[in-house]
Amino acid sequence: MVKHISTPLRDETIVSLRAGERVLLSGDVFTARDAAHKRITALLDKGELPPFEFDGQVVYYAGPCPAPPGRVIGSVGPTTARRMDSYAPQLIESGLKVMVGKGERSSAVIEAICKFGGVYLSAVGGTGALISQCVEKSELVTFDDLDTEAVYRLQVRDLPLVVAIDSQGGCIYERR
Amino acid sequence: MRIIEQEQIIEAVAKMCIESNIYPDKDIHEGLVAARLRETSPLAQFALDSILKNADVAKRENLPLCQDTGMAVVFVEIGTEVHVNGNISEAINAGVRKGYKEGFFRNSVVADPLNRINTGDNTPAVIHYDFVPGGELLITVAPKGFGSENMSAVIMLNPSDGISGVEDFAVECVRKAGANPCPPIIVGVGIGGTIEKAALLAKQALLCKRDDSLSQHESMETRLLERINALGIGAAGFGGETTALSVKVLTYPTHIAGLPVAVNIGCHASRHARCRI
Repeated sequence: MVKHISTPLRDETIVSLRAGERVLLSGDVFTARDAAHKRITALLDKGELPPFEFDGQVVYYAGPCPAPPGRVIGSVGPTTARRMDSYAPQLIESGLKVMVGKGERSSAVIEAICKFGGVYLSAVGGTGALISQCVEKSELVTFDDLDTEAVYRLQVRDLPLVVAIDSQGGCIYERR
Repeated sequence: MRIIEQEQIIEAVAKMCIESNIYPDKDIHEGLVAARLRETSPLAQFALDSILKNADVAKRENLPLCQDTGMAVVFVEIGTEVHVNGNISEAINAGVRKGYKEGFFRNSVVADPLNRINTGDNTPAVIHYDFVPGGELLITVAPKGFGSENMSAVIMLNPSDGISGVEDFAVECVRKAGANPCPPIIVGVGIGGTIEKAALLAKQALLCKRDDSLSQHESMETRLLERINALGIGAAGFGGETTALSVKVLTYPTHIAGLPVAVNIGCHASRHARCRI
């Protein structure tokens, strides 16, 4: 009933996911919020490489709390995905296929997900303490001056998610 | 005249910042437990289970409920017989600085809304002062996350729009917010005054208890809660029975020409702490 998936995600796996399905994600996810997206798209505009390889990888819209002593990370739940909607289509065109956040996406993002065979997964907003228990390792990737808004690579085990928008345009929010 | 030292305020504010961010609000938690019992949608059940489990983990591991530990909103009621030695606003900000550092909370405040450089210590707080009779200082710390704050709205209606205009605006605001403000939400509605008074009332309404028997607007609150839950947004926006746990309405006299309305949304991890010095 609950699917286990792990990174790097293969295209067949990504397009097989259907809106409304629950998944447990293991492997790496890369955090990025508004400020990091602004910088990543600026790099792409200049024809430079993104700070991590997009192929098969996952972007997690999140800005963690600092790690208390003896811990890997502080609370780290999803942030509102909508704020990344203006950047997301460009990232998807550049090869990013999997996004994790919370809340509805714009029609431009849904179109890009369908066109390029991506998927948008929702974590449960406001459960940052619980989600922090799935994080086994955290390391800074880039933009350290952005503090919580920097890009971190989180190694996660069984991160509980719901498929919110799938590659066929299926969407759990559509009933409204 | 009763003298209160800055240090007392700093310690009290720091402690409230830490406690409010870690321990779930009892009233909201009870509402969430009841919502879980009512819920029939499997995805919303999963979301509510996660939310309840999150509260247990936060308490056990001393972690904030949400990584968005908010911008600190502080309400201060100053007794007219109280004298604070030193600068009260500086003391409150020093308390916020200390609480967020010691709690290992996120610094979510930028110094300038346009240049957007993080202040690095979650200050300044947004502070509201009021004077009351007596010799005590009552401080409420209400850290506000912006997933829900961003979904809030103000409108200047015409008097002819009346009760239905107010209610339609509030429901539309919640519908448009969808999954973003982390439902099940609480909804504060401020009606009357001026634009800033309505917004402040809406914020204060979020501090009311779910079954506040003092409410003079119970029928409007009941109608709004029913309409909002009929939207079907559900926990985490996954679709379900409970989109809001409560709606609270506060009003104030207003101008003959106006009907200001503010809707402030609070997430399921809405929190505040109070203390009397």
